[in-house]
Amino acid sequence: MKLPASPEALAAEYGPHPAYAPPGGWEGASRQSVDKLVKTHCCFCGQQCGIQLKVADNKVVGFEPWEEFPFNRGMLCPKGVRRYLQSGHPDRLLSPLVRTEQGFRPTSWDDALATTVTRLRALQEQHGKDAVAVYGGASLTTEKAYLVGKLARVALGTRHVDYNGRLCMVSAGTAYKQVFGVDRSPLPWSDIPEAQVLFIIGANIGECAPITTDHVWRCRDRGGRIIVADPRMTPITRNADLYLPLRPGTDAVLLMSMLHVILRDGLEKRAFIEAHTTGFAEVEASVKGWDPLAAARVTGVPPASIEKAAHWFAEAERAIAMHARGLEHQSKGVENCLALINMTLACGHIGRVGAGCTMITGQGNGQGGREHGQKCDQLPGQRSISDPAARQHVAKVWGIEESALPQAGLSAMEIMEAIHRGEIKGLLSICFNPLVSLPDSAYVREALEKLEFFCVIDFFLSETAQHADVVLAGSLQEEDGGVVCSAEGRVVRIATAVTPPEGARADSAILCELGRRLGQPERFAFASPREIFTELREASRGGVADYAGITYERLEAEMGIFWPCPSEGHPGTPRLFEGGRFYHADGKAHLQAVADRPSGDPVSDEFPTFLTTGRVVSQYLSGTQTRRIGPLHDQCPEPFVELHPRLAAAHGISDGDRVTVTSRRGVLELPAKVVTTIRPDTVFIPYHWPGKRSANVLTHRTLDPRSKIPEFKVSACRIARAAGEPRRLPVVSG
Amino acid sequence: MSDGLAFFVDPSRCIGCRACENACSECDTHRGTPMIHVDYIDRSRSIATTPTVCMHCEDPTCAEVCPADAIKQNVDGVVLSSLKPRCIACSNCVLACPFGVPKMMVRLEQMMKCDMCFDRTSVGKRPMCATVCPSQALSFVSRELIARERREVPVNTFQFGAQEVVTKVHMMAPAGTRAISADQGLSFDVSEHLWEEDPA
Ligand code: SF4
Ligand code: SF4
Ligand code: SF4
Repeated sequence: MKLPASPEALAAEYGPHPAYAPPGGWEGASRQSVDKLVKTHCCFCGQQCGIQLKVADNKVVGFEPWEEFPFNRGMLCPKGVRRYLQSGHPDRLLSPLVRTEQGFRPTSWDDALATTVTRLRALQEQHGKDAVAVYGGASLTTEKAYLVGKLARVALGTRHVDYNGRLCMVSAGTAYKQVFGVDRSPLPWSDIPEAQVLFIIGANIGECAPITTDHVWRCRDRGGRIIVADPRMTPITRNADLYLPLRPGTDAVLLMSMLHVILRDGLEKRAFIEAHTTGFAEVEASVKGWDPLAAARVTGVPPASIEKAAHWFAEAERAIAMHARGLEHQSKGVENCLALINMTLACGHIGRVGAGCTMITGQGNGQGGREHGQKCDQLPGQRSISDPAARQHVAKVWGIEESALPQAGLSAMEIMEAIHRGEIKGLLSICFNPLVSLPDSAYVREALEKLEFFCVIDFFLSETAQHADVVLAGSLQEEDGGVVCSAEGRVVRIATAVTPPEGARADSAILCELGRRLGQPERFAFASPREIFTELREASRGGVADYAGITYERLEAEMGIFWPCPSEGHPGTPRLFEGGRFYHADGKAHLQAVADRPSGDPVSDEFPTFLTTGRVVSQYLSGTQTRRIGPLHDQCPEPFVELHPRLAAAHGISDGDRVTVTSRRGVLELPAKVVTTIRPDTVFIPYHWPGKRSANVLTHRTLDPRSKIPEFKVSACRIARAAGEPRRLPVVSG
Repeated sequence: MSDGLAFFVDPSRCIGCRACENACSECDTHRGTPMIHVDYIDRSRSIATTPTVCMHCEDPTCAEVCPADAIKQNVDGVVLSSLKPRCIACSNCVLACPFGVPKMMVRLEQMMKCDMCFDRTSVGKRPMCATVCPSQALSFVSRELIARERREVPVNTFQFGAQEVVTKVHMMAPAGTRAISADQGLSFDVSEHLWEEDPA
């Protein structure tokens, strides 16, 4: 359906309006006396920094560092500092909304819930259960993520449930699961300062995982060497000992070439490889052709730099390879991760202090949100939905027949395609803003307009929610506590610091009420997140992500517990694979050879420049929250096109000029940021904005065949100087 | 003052995140305005950023040039914001400070500057910016810890032409280097790190 009102009218009513002062204003009463300080965690990335929220009058009015929490010891990035400005926000949804001809109209909870249930059921009766899909998100607590999966499979009975982690961790998760038998960082962050070499590829740590910077610098303080591989120099590059400016989409070749050098020079650990891995012969054969000169032609990294990186990494007794979305957001994201694991294990860097490979999880609950059943192919406990034993176990916990449990469904982007094909007609979405975050936004908008019924649960009216028929006013993280799992694999406790404001409801209560109204009163009888967690522990028992031994009390007392934690007496598992034991039945790591292949959107004469997208430190994901926080908005008020002076000169572009960027999907006009810190054949645009400022107008829908992650990091485009007045950018000129 | 702890600034660690500015402006004494600022050294040619915080000079120029004697040092050597009843908002201090620190709060008609979070340090807490800084470019820790764990070394003597300034806050500098802002080796032009068979 089209928008119920003009975008301008919706923006005037629902924002985003940036908020600058705490609830009640700077001088307000709420600021003067604080009722309590609540220990919890930041909602804005997978680091899950410990933070104390100042609460007055059932509002979060400020923050205080929590110096005892061992991961961040008081440190916070600007998002953590300012997150409290969401409390009492003028854009907050304080009633369910229904679409009318004249825009959205507030309605009663009973009406909104009844409409949602009736409309979804009617679609299912007419077109089959799978005509309805459910979207979840990885900023939800693990309890809510668990409910999303259970609601889809038990109450709606649809196969199609997936989540926005499909845009985040799935390439790394797939690769780690295939090689190691488990999808989690193999090491705690306390290992990072212990390494002698850090190899950081496709990870803008300074802006996207800011607290990890301190871990990296402490490694450097102890004499550790830092290697950074990225098409752009991001803030951590300032202290790199070696910088590898690889061409977008050539990560696997760089990694294969490093392994080539390691094997050519006999630096591999043969005894480890033979005792603890399978598949190495194929891996060895696959890197034969990638001598550094051949790799330099593809990657643009000098052969001498490849040699040096390979030697430093392999010759170190302890080295860690760290990666994030740069490596993973590609149509060969899984292969890139496999290539990185192959290199790491060939050197025997795993299962020891200060050695290993690790993914830097992005979203607030990026790790926990993918462990307990909102992923289209997984059941709670990181169990495969196609594994008969797993199905039996979970069906028993849920009190249903195994045969009633749907099989695997479509992934997030594939759900949009099925909507286009007319197969999926109804959608229930929570914690997901696909109109901003999925690639090819014109295509996504068309899908949303095609839906026959669309219900969104959210606390602010996101750009996606503007297309809904019914909007259910949900809760902020601090209003509906539970647990989340951090990038390290540490499960931590999110406190319920305040209750939702009048008119809004806790997400978990909304999901349960939908389950009850969909005819499952006993299976959604939970009165609190604690009751959900109790069932989740059982559902996870014996699975890979085993939470059976974790309790809220233990999490608070022990400042988090690393899973697996199979029993209450178990201390948890900060470091995986000690002694070279992996999670497959044979105890070995199953290495897989990879081969290079082109991106899904190759550069050509018509589109000769690489486009890569990413983040800035002051924004979180699609910006639904952070574009409403004044100081974060002001820190980077709009997107820009970052390009090298050499490329700029070729097109007559100066800093601050308006530039059009054209891809095979669309056109965008943004101000130029001319800097020497990016490859001259590549432009970069941060993606947090909607509409005419959305980088995803340009990106393409090619998915990794295994992980189904879109290729945000490699597109083809052409640039030109736009007509009109140049606009000076404060960041570059200031 | 928190016992035995001192303030150390290491610009080479800074990632430009502005957590320090955001956290500083949360302070109840200068709500909404940070007393610390972060700048790009030259964004067109580098990603390097640097925080500027009051260095708390032993003989503060800001106080020396103040015609109203409004800027005081406390017993711990912390140089405080101007005394509201005395400050005539003349901006002499703003112009004279060698590090560019004091700010004229036009609305309040008073000079305000970093007082090293006197409200926090006086009750045993660390200053806000140094607590939150994710890179620990700003640290409030013991000298022993700095000596044991850092590769850079603290310096607190600065030369501004003929004027030598000794400060309470320490600046971290590469060991054995005299110049505080010594550039490290890496070029920030990506094109100088590339392999190009036929450079265009
Ligand atoms: S966004 Fe991440 S790094 Fe920043 S404070 Fe929150 S958890 Fe910490
Ligand atoms: S750094 Fe500037 S403001 Fe701070 S004490 Fe020295 S002269 Fe005064
Ligand atoms: S908080 Fe630290 S890293 Fe961030 S801008 Fe300030 S000094 Fe730099």
